[in-house]
Amino acid sequence: MMKVIIIDDEHLARSIVKEYLKPYKNIEVVAECNDGFEGLKAITQYEPELIFLDVQMPKINGFEMLELIEKPPAVIFTTAFDEFAIKAFEQNAVDYLLKPFSKDRFDKAIQKYLQQPLASVSLQPVIETITKSTTQNRIVVKDGNKIKIIPIGQVQYIEAADDYVKIITADGSFLKKQTMNFFDQSLADHQFVRIHRSFIVNSQLITRIDVHEKDGHLLLLNTGARLPVSKTGYAKLKEVLGI
Amino acid sequence: MDKSITYGKNFFVSGIAAWAVVSFIYSIILTGILKNYNLTTTELVADAFINNLLLTGSCVLIINNMRYYLPRQERYWYVLTISLGLSGLCVLISRVSLWLFFKNDAHYTEVLSSSTALRFGILFLLITCISLISLLWFTQEEQKKMNERKADSERLAREAELFKLRQQLQPHFLFNSLNSISALTGSQPEKARHMIQQLSEFLRGTLKKDDQQWNTLDEELQNIRLYLDIEKVRFGHRLQTQIIATAEALPLQLPSLLLQPLVENAIKFGLYDTTDEVLIKLQAVIENNYLKIMIQNPFDPETSQPLKGTGFGLSSVQRRLFLLFARNDLLHISKEEKIFITTILIPQL
Repeated sequence: MMKVIIIDDEHLARSIVKEYLKPYKNIEVVAECNDGFEGLKAITQYEPELIFLDVQMPKINGFEMLELIEKPPAVIFTTAFDEFAIKAFEQNAVDYLLKPFSKDRFDKAIQKYLQQPLASVSLQPVIETITKSTTQNRIVVKDGNKIKIIPIGQVQYIEAADDYVKIITADGSFLKKQTMNFFDQSLADHQFVRIHRSFIVNSQLITRIDVHEKDGHLLLLNTGARLPVSKTGYAKLKEVLGI
Repeated sequence: MDKSITYGKNFFVSGIAAWAVVSFIYSIILTGILKNYNLTTTELVADAFINNLLLTGSCVLIINNMRYYLPRQERYWYVLTISLGLSGLCVLISRVSLWLFFKNDAHYTEVLSSSTALRFGILFLLITCISLISLLWFTQEEQKKMNERKADSERLAREAELFKLRQQLQPHFLFNSLNSISALTGSQPEKARHMIQQLSEFLRGTLKKDDQQWNTLDEELQNIRLYLDIEKVRFGHRLQTQIIATAEALPLQLPSLLLQPLVENAIKFGLYDTTDEVLIKLQAVIENNYLKIMIQNPFDPETSQPLKGTGFGLSSVQRRLFLLFARNDLLHISKEEKIFITTILIPQL
């Protein structure tokens, strides 16, 4: 028996997926979720092979939900219209269904999944390109069992931590499985500066830049934090601050 | 070239009038001067006739020239040169031709030669006057045409922009509604049919209003209700709506489809910013000669970006209000704890 979960904030949209799945006797809908939070919980609980995921949902969207899952299941997106998605999915996701979709189109998507279920492995780069192309104005992180949405303005700085990054805010620090390069690129528009291989800082909070040792500088934030600045980081910093 | 065609009748009437005035003045001056020389009537008439003819010829030449070619730079030097040249030419021709006629009349030829400088002076003044007047007239005419063209193109651009701002139906809404209908056809065909009717009615209303600038609040609210009913089918019990309008406000006029993007915005923010039930509230009242409409939706102050969420919906409404009323203070937003309020004022003329 194959387990699937349907995540969509509209019950009629879920019901049509369920209806189309009826003829597949070996597929079982183990959960239906109204939003990303429920979706996340259900995915951890049931570990489904495949999920049907809407993009536009309350609080956290479909992409943000996927970001929070270590090993996302195969995904078939169901969305009304999303030019970013269409471009990216064409190569990477199992499939995307544009609402309203026909039974034939739906069956094709299922066939596609059954033939190459492993296509979902390459989903991570898809999510990255999509979140990168849409300017990021918030970061979604997992805080224990809770999900926290951090508006970009509240981020003080980001520190590299092996495979993870540490996001430091006034409410504490949060780990997220993501690369420094990703944030370096997606936050560039928001007055964030990569001052060091391991640090990206919110330039709004800088109070002082001190000379430190021979080539380096030391940055003082108004929160009291001290961060090292590399030589190239200092050049970028000067450019952003206009000094 | 085409500008000469458009001058029409008016141009000729004023041209002839100007010529008559100039000729009259010239004749008076000329006869006034020549009177003192004891000339015969034939000589006087012939002199006046030839000189007037030459003056008229110069005027026609200047006006026609200016009509097709208006100097851009150093226009006053141009006028001066042309006036000098023409008056010199006129004096020369008049002198030669009159001399040919009356070469046996010693008294007249004497008068002719002694008055040359005076004639030249008078002709020069008159021709310069004509040139300057026609220069100004044509420049003004050109300016007027240019202003008209500018006003025309501005009006066209404004109309096009207003048209575009009016018809901004969210494609998301349409596709999601169609998806809901598709879902209903299997399980509840009656409901599906009902929703198709609602959707058609809504779309018809929107299409009809595309080329209509103003509408009553009553009619606008009917369309908003249709829209909200469709959204309720999609979101079920999560979406609650409330529309309150005073009886006096209902017949008032407002730009058509102006409220639609505001309500869409409220729904988008309300529904996507929280997972709870959402109440969208619309109130319309009259206040100090304004139709005041307030639209409320809940939001989460912690996660929504401060003031960044004005979004396209609000900015397009703002722009439309500016184009219609030339004011930027008719739309504002405020926040009360977890309620986001969009207020819009429509001046009642």
